[in-house]
Amino acid sequence: MSHSSQVVRPRGVLRERSYWSAFLIGVALMAGVDEIVFHQLLGWHHFYDGATTAVGLLSDGLLHAAELIALVAGFFLLADARRRDTFSARVGWAGFFTGLGAFQLWDGTINHKVLRLHQVRYDVELLPYDLAWNAAGIVLLATGLVLTFMAVRRRTAAGPA
Amino acid sequence: MNEHVGHPQVLLDPAILAVIGLALAAVVYLGAALAEIRRGNRGWPWFRAVLWLAGLGCGAAAVVGPLAEAAHAEFPAHMIAHLLVGMLAPVLLVLAAPITLALRTLHVVPARRLARLLGSGVGRFLSHPVPAATIHVGSLWLLYTTGLGAAMLQNPMLHYLLLIHFLVAGYLFTTSIIGVDPAPHRASFRLRLIVLVLAIALHSALAKYIYVHPPQGITAPAAELGALLMFYGGDLIELVVVTVFFSQWYGRTRTSPARTGVALGDTAR
Repeated sequence: MSHSSQVVRPRGVLRERSYWSAFLIGVALMAGVDEIVFHQLLGWHHFYDGATTAVGLLSDGLLHAAELIALVAGFFLLADARRRDTFSARVGWAGFFTGLGAFQLWDGTINHKVLRLHQVRYDVELLPYDLAWNAAGIVLLATGLVLTFMAVRRRTAAGPA
Repeated sequence: MNEHVGHPQVLLDPAILAVIGLALAAVVYLGAALAEIRRGNRGWPWFRAVLWLAGLGCGAAAVVGPLAEAAHAEFPAHMIAHLLVGMLAPVLLVLAAPITLALRTLHVVPARRLARLLGSGVGRFLSHPVPAATIHVGSLWLLYTTGLGAAMLQNPMLHYLLLIHFLVAGYLFTTSIIGVDPAPHRASFRLRLIVLVLAIALHSALAKYIYVHPPQGITAPAAELGALLMFYGGDLIELVVVTVFFSQWYGRTRTSPARTGVALGDTAR
């Protein structure tokens, strides 16, 4: 019995509302930074550039809808976890950083390169920008995954409740 | 419609007719709300009356006044008018819970007829998220990607008909997602969420499409500004819809066992 609870508990972290609510907020926050800082303030990103494909247009719309909903859903799920008194800040931070990194890396690879929605910046040598963009994504994602791993370990170490 | 072109009459001006219709809707709603308050048991929340008047005001702004004037000639103004009529007004009107108010204040026989209409095959079909969203988003795509938009700019009567269409289609879509009025067969939370994601996605994709492919007879700068208004203005209103949607979920999950059999009158509180 004891080993079966050890197998189930680590997966528990990834089933928690604490994790996924914060993950959604992380995704939405990164998307918000992208929109506010890079589209509006700096004007580096373009609303649309000539290279965008039809599939890109649709996927961009879907991603946009998902970001909007992630923002609201994340906060309501988090409020629900707190209301049920099941919210764990440790698990929440792990989900939050994973969300930040996952969005940044997705944006830098799939959106910019595969779907070619737009580039990081125009009329400059693009490579350093792409490297910085994706390196930031990898660092954030790695932070999130390490925190997730630590949260899982902690649960496992705590043993059967 | 052609017989009116030669001799315009004030009463047949569709803008005047629309304003009379909106004013009637305001008077009837306020009369019903006052009657419900006078009766004393449950009253009627004042904020719903404010939402109703604000929704009708959005409709009025699209048919009379400076915005309506500009909307005939300029695409960005036309887009603002469409955001008001097709998106903002429906959200405000839906949250005003007019059907609940009607069911409470109508006499028994017409109230039963209304309830039967809502529960009928047609009523259920039109207030189901999938057909409602298809009509709402589909007609937008038709308007801006075919010659319909250009025809609308030519023909004022067609313009008013389309405004009514967008108000009704927007209302049906919004009520299918975040309706507070009694709905005998409301779709599941999951289905409504999926439809909401797809509708927002297709709305923002259409905005970008217009940005690159100006509709017939629209200059590129006007189309770009209109598309940006559609994209970011739509976002703001969609944010309100999504927030209401999840706050309904939040309210419902707390007391789900007690509220599974919500009675007709309780939904609008």
